Amino acid sequence: MKKFLNHVDHMLTESLSGFAAAHHDLVELQLEPTFIARKHKAQNKVALISGGGSGHEPLHAGYVGKGMLDAACPGQVFTSPTPDQMLAAAEAVHAGQGVLFIVKNYAGDVMNFEMAAEMLPFAHATVLTADDCAVVNSTYTTGRRGVAGTVIVEKCVGSLAESGADLASCKALGDKINQRTSSIGVALTSCTVPAAGRPTFDISDSEIEMGVGIHGEPGRRREPIRDADAIIADMVAAIVHDFAAKQLPTQGNILLLVNGLGATPLMELYLIYNTAAKLLTAQGFQITRSLVGNYTTAIDMAGASLTVCLLDDEIQQHWDSPVHTVGLRWGC
Amino acid sequence: MINSEQLTHYVFAVRTAILANEADIECLDRDIGDGDHYINMKRGCEAIAGLGETLTKLPLVDALNSIGMKLLSTIGGASGPLFASFFIGMSKTLKVNAPDSAMHIAAAFDAGVQAIMQRGKAQAGEKTMLDVLIPVAEQFNSLAAQGKSTQEIAVILKQVASEGLESTRSMLATKGRASGLGERVIGHLDAGAKSCQVMIHAVCDQVLNDPSNQPSP
Repeated sequence: MKKFLNHVDHMLTESLSGFAAAHHDLVELQLEPTFIARKHKAQNKVALISGGGSGHEPLHAGYVGKGMLDAACPGQVFTSPTPDQMLAAAEAVHAGQGVLFIVKNYAGDVMNFEMAAEMLPFAHATVLTADDCAVVNSTYTTGRRGVAGTVIVEKCVGSLAESGADLASCKALGDKINQRTSSIGVALTSCTVPAAGRPTFDISDSEIEMGVGIHGEPGRRREPIRDADAIIADMVAAIVHDFAAKQLPTQGNILLLVNGLGATPLMELYLIYNTAAKLLTAQGFQITRSLVGNYTTAIDMAGASLTVCLLDDEIQQHWDSPVHTVGLRWGC
Repeated sequence: MINSEQLTHYVFAVRTAILANEADIECLDRDIGDGDHYINMKRGCEAIAGLGETLTKLPLVDALNSIGMKLLSTIGGASGPLFASFFIGMSKTLKVNAPDSAMHIAAAFDAGVQAIMQRGKAQAGEKTMLDVLIPVAEQFNSLAAQGKSTQEIAVILKQVASEGLESTRSMLATKGRASGLGERVIGHLDAGAKSCQVMIHAVCDQVLNDPSNQPSP
């Protein structure tokens, strides 16, 4: 393992301290328990709190600020945060209108947020994101994972909350976007969790992991690497199939997010966008909004994910509204 | 039957055993998980070890509750709420029934396992820690009701834990992070089940080595 590292036990705190110092105009860091909150506390709005394991930067701390989250709770690398973090964050940012937790559907995240919610003295609700169509859902499983589609939920619900909407409306919009969003990821290499010190999985130079999760957990299948166009065609097909399975139209205006998993350069991400956009357009979609870059990463994994969100006027309006966070900024 | 001092010995034995099984646990989690299970277990063990002497000074129910709360605020992941629920569940039950018989301890263990099932919304047969813990709880209740000696119980529960672990090999995973992998998990042991087998063996070995549990000559 070759990383910028002093001591593995201090890595997270040192990184968060750097984050807070670099963006002191936007955020504040609290330690013990750890959370990142908006520098300028919002008044009289639903408080949006998200969180999850670290290693997915800029998710979630990078989305704290005007028009998105009020606070984010970072856990250890790839490990969900603990309920005391969420309770402390809620105490700090609650503005009288209740708390909305935005939680990626992983067993640990769900359980820790659930325990926090049980102890929370404020009105609260939870939006569970589950956009990863690589995981086959059934009533007998934990269900689909929440991955890069979470960014779209956080952006749009953040916009709605900023407008003064109530808790139920914010939850409803989050659930709607989740329902209309599908993602799939592919890994070219493994990531390396610093505390483990070695790659999470072994993969040869000639193989890819199709449907990989954002922690390097295996996906649909291991297969030989091919031309990018062939790989992307399979990813687009998986998303289109998922839209059909969810009885969503496979045409209409969409937001296309090409997300890097940490170690894939923008040059390759734009190559992926080029092919994915052509295929989705040929399918009957109109790409009216797009985003390309590292938005939900898996530490140092080489790979990318595609996320498609079926827009309507409401979602598009909230996507376009002003946002000022470390990870997303436009309109202000 | 058990006091806070013995509990502290069990906790240290568990820590030693988890650290000794690092390679096995990590390897299993890498195969069908995401590689953080061992790190989380270690962090939990170190946090409880850090409580050390303070645990021995507390009444047993308070010591168990402190362990649960400490794990809840330390581990994170799925292990944090699940193991926290176990210790808090045990504590609540022993508050009602003082730990003065093997049956009461077995009932508390069972309550802890029930708390894990409720928190994780999981049952036996889903390739999780519960495939070790549920049969151990059932056997513990049954052996205690039959009036078996502490020594006999410890020997049998070790065996039950190992069988429970092995039973996860052929299972599909329907809970936890491995559940997304479908048939790719068949043939692999579950890492959480392995941790629980290691912990149960550590506690049972401690019981077997404890002179106060030896049958009087």
